[in-house]
Amino acid sequence: MDYLLTVERLTKSFGGVMAVWDVSFKVQKGQLVGIIGPNGAGKTTLINLITGFVKPDKGKVIFKGEDITGLSPYKIAQKGIARSFQVVRPFLHLPSYKNLIIPLYSKRVKALRGGKYGDRDLVALDLLEDVGFEKDSSVPYKVASSLPHGYLKRLELARCLALRPELLILDELFSGMSMSEVAATMPIIEKLKEGGMTIIMVEHRLRELFRIADTVIVLNFGEKIAEGRPSEIIENELVKAAYLGAESA
Amino acid sequence: MRRKERIDRGIKVRSDDIYAIASYREMLYLLLPRLTPVIALLILPLITQFCKAYYYEKVAVLSCIIGLLALSWDYMASVGLFSLGQAFFFGTGAYFSAYAHLKYGLHPIFAMVIATVAGALFCTAILAPVLRLRGVYFSIITLALPLFFTRIIEATKILGGTEGLTGLMPISNRWAEVYIPIVSFLTALFAFRRIINSDYGLVIQAIRDNDRAVLASGLNVQLYKAQCVFVASIASCFAGAFMAHFYQAVGLSAFALDYSLMPLTSAILGGVGTFAGPAIGAFVIVPLSETLRTLGTLRVVVYAVLLFVAVIALPEGIFPYIRRKYQQVERIVEV
Amino acid sequence: MVGGLIIYGLVNSFVLALIAMGFSVTFGISRVSNFAYGAVFILSGYVIWMLLNWFRLPYALAVVSTILLSGAFGHAFYYVALLRVRGMPLSEVVATFALGVGLLELFRWLGFVTYEFSLPPFKKGYISVLGFPLDYQRLFIILGGIALLGFLYLFTHHTRLGLAFRGIAQNERTAISLGINSDKTAAWSVAFGCMFATVAAAFVLPLGIISVNTGYEALLIAIAIGVVGGLESITGIVLASIVLGFVQVIVSYFLSPAWTMVIYLLTIIVILTFMPSGLLGKLKELEERV
Repeated sequence: MDYLLTVERLTKSFGGVMAVWDVSFKVQKGQLVGIIGPNGAGKTTLINLITGFVKPDKGKVIFKGEDITGLSPYKIAQKGIARSFQVVRPFLHLPSYKNLIIPLYSKRVKALRGGKYGDRDLVALDLLEDVGFEKDSSVPYKVASSLPHGYLKRLELARCLALRPELLILDELFSGMSMSEVAATMPIIEKLKEGGMTIIMVEHRLRELFRIADTVIVLNFGEKIAEGRPSEIIENELVKAAYLGAESA
Repeated sequence: MRRKERIDRGIKVRSDDIYAIASYREMLYLLLPRLTPVIALLILPLITQFCKAYYYEKVAVLSCIIGLLALSWDYMASVGLFSLGQAFFFGTGAYFSAYAHLKYGLHPIFAMVIATVAGALFCTAILAPVLRLRGVYFSIITLALPLFFTRIIEATKILGGTEGLTGLMPISNRWAEVYIPIVSFLTALFAFRRIINSDYGLVIQAIRDNDRAVLASGLNVQLYKAQCVFVASIASCFAGAFMAHFYQAVGLSAFALDYSLMPLTSAILGGVGTFAGPAIGAFVIVPLSETLRTLGTLRVVVYAVLLFVAVIALPEGIFPYIRRKYQQVERIVEV
Repeated sequence: MVGGLIIYGLVNSFVLALIAMGFSVTFGISRVSNFAYGAVFILSGYVIWMLLNWFRLPYALAVVSTILLSGAFGHAFYYVALLRVRGMPLSEVVATFALGVGLLELFRWLGFVTYEFSLPPFKKGYISVLGFPLDYQRLFIILGGIALLGFLYLFTHHTRLGLAFRGIAQNERTAISLGINSDKTAAWSVAFGCMFATVAAAFVLPLGIISVNTGYEALLIAIAIGVVGGLESITGIVLASIVLGFVQVIVSYFLSPAWTMVIYLLTIIVILTFMPSGLLGKLKELEERV
């Protein structure tokens, strides 16, 4: 079986504190992998390690059979891994569709479109429609600073999709969204998955995640403590202890 | 309760969209603020030559040169690199041009072109290691560079040491001498404005606002920053190269604080990020500085005070203020 | 010869450390880069000189009152100017830079440029170390440097205000939510930086004359040490001072004093190229975790 992404024994410490310790896992093409864990478990660091924003002390990241460990973030993005940020900082003074010009400017997009960039504004408007910005309304033209938080999160998702990634890594996409916003965003993720997109989701909203994830990985204090189907994870004693432990601490 | 309300003028709303231009009045509304200064600047030398007012011509040339430095500053600022040492770029251009001219006997114009390109490459290479860092590091290094280069020339006695390089050939044609700075200043102004409003310009500004998102979008941030420094250096090095031939000499004063402080003050006073602002700023600061020539070294204190007050009390800048007044009406409304 | 190089290298390292400390203290606490630092350093020299020569104060009293004035100046500067531009790095840099240049150039214009503007050493005479004469002022610089570094360490690790400083440096928002007044600490950080500049001036300036150009040089030294050492770590300052201090002495012995600045630039560029956050800086790594 070919794996799209293989993470081998990734380790990173910050000034003596182990942020990620000896984490390995594999992702198949078309899978949706969830990563969960209490606050400070090292989830975001793990993503930073995979996407090159932080260089690992030890371990390897292999994407499509190619070792991408320690490459710069922009090179990893060009290879087809798009990531969202937990704290979205869009370009606030720009209209939302103009925010997507930046990823559309990359070499990857040019190569995928047969050497032409085409009209980026139109592509951007289409992408926004895909993530649920109302078509033929004024929403895509509004400056980003005037949009509600849910839209900004979806704008961040659109920024990732603009790269036409093969692997999509979403860092707490649902955090800060209202129930209705989550309900509006879930179908987008489901549709992406049906379209064959490989997705890694770091998430605190376990109910939504467990509904769509194929595999769930649990981190605690930087270590992988469990991996399995959502139904197995729910029953796992170690996971319960980790979450309870975190709450009582 | 009463508050101030700002509303776009009807003519602005209509003329914002290119398809809506319906009358000469609206076309004039759009064109006048752009064309008037350009035409005024272009016919200024005709008037000064006719009236033999050579002093004003010199002030205009100097304003254009400082204007070029200020535009170059603003261009780097739009990618988030704040320079405190435009004199470094200016001095590099001046020395490169003088050296190319004296050593290889190149014609002044040709020497200026070579110096502009070679100088810009040199400046970009020197600054490349710092571009990886964020925040104040770039400012710190640019502040130090002109001083360091002064010391290096003093210590190594290269490039004429403390004496400088003298005996450069002037640009023999009077008209060329005036029109070269004016035309290059206007070219830089409109070229920079055009670049920054293009998609490429969006990327540049995005790097300033959030470089991590740009990285995650698959763009080589360092490369774009280096390109910005290169383009900005071209404007500044050209300014230096021209002044070397204008004064027919270049000395350590090319790295002097004036050439860092005047563009910085122009840009901040005029309005950062607008390009038109720094251009206007230069045409305020240089004439002001010429009228204060009798004050001697106190002039630097005057720039410093202006800069300080501009930063603290007038964060908006002259140009955005004028633009607002031109495009919007203000009124007091009851709330 | 080797003994002499070691002694003078050591003295020089402490001179650099003394000058650099204030700048790093301010930056380390509130992320304000005080580009008026060189001006404060030199102005302190002039004020001490004025108190000595115009008001005939005793030396110790003149120094202490200047330190207090300097702290007051730092506070005033923060509340009048910096507070309005807080969080806008460009404006902070420009405002402090403009103030520094304005003050220095004002003094140049006022004519504070001749040889009469110099401070006497604390105590005349010299002792012999390893067979080399070492005058008392340079000895005081070493002792003062050690004392000040020790004070800084104890202060930041063991006093309430110092711990608040470190809290702000690590995470301003969390610190505010824990009841630390961010403006007050930032004001103190600027004031402390200025006071350190005054102390450094009192120790270092008697070695030469007080000149406006030394002000720019002091700023450059502070920046160079900060950048090389990592801008917020005390150990970094010490290490960078030793590296640059010895480089300077060795270069001026074997080449000529004029070359020292050239070597400075090279050292800084080399270090920044290979170690972007300085010898001991954590700044970059911390930022990347966010």
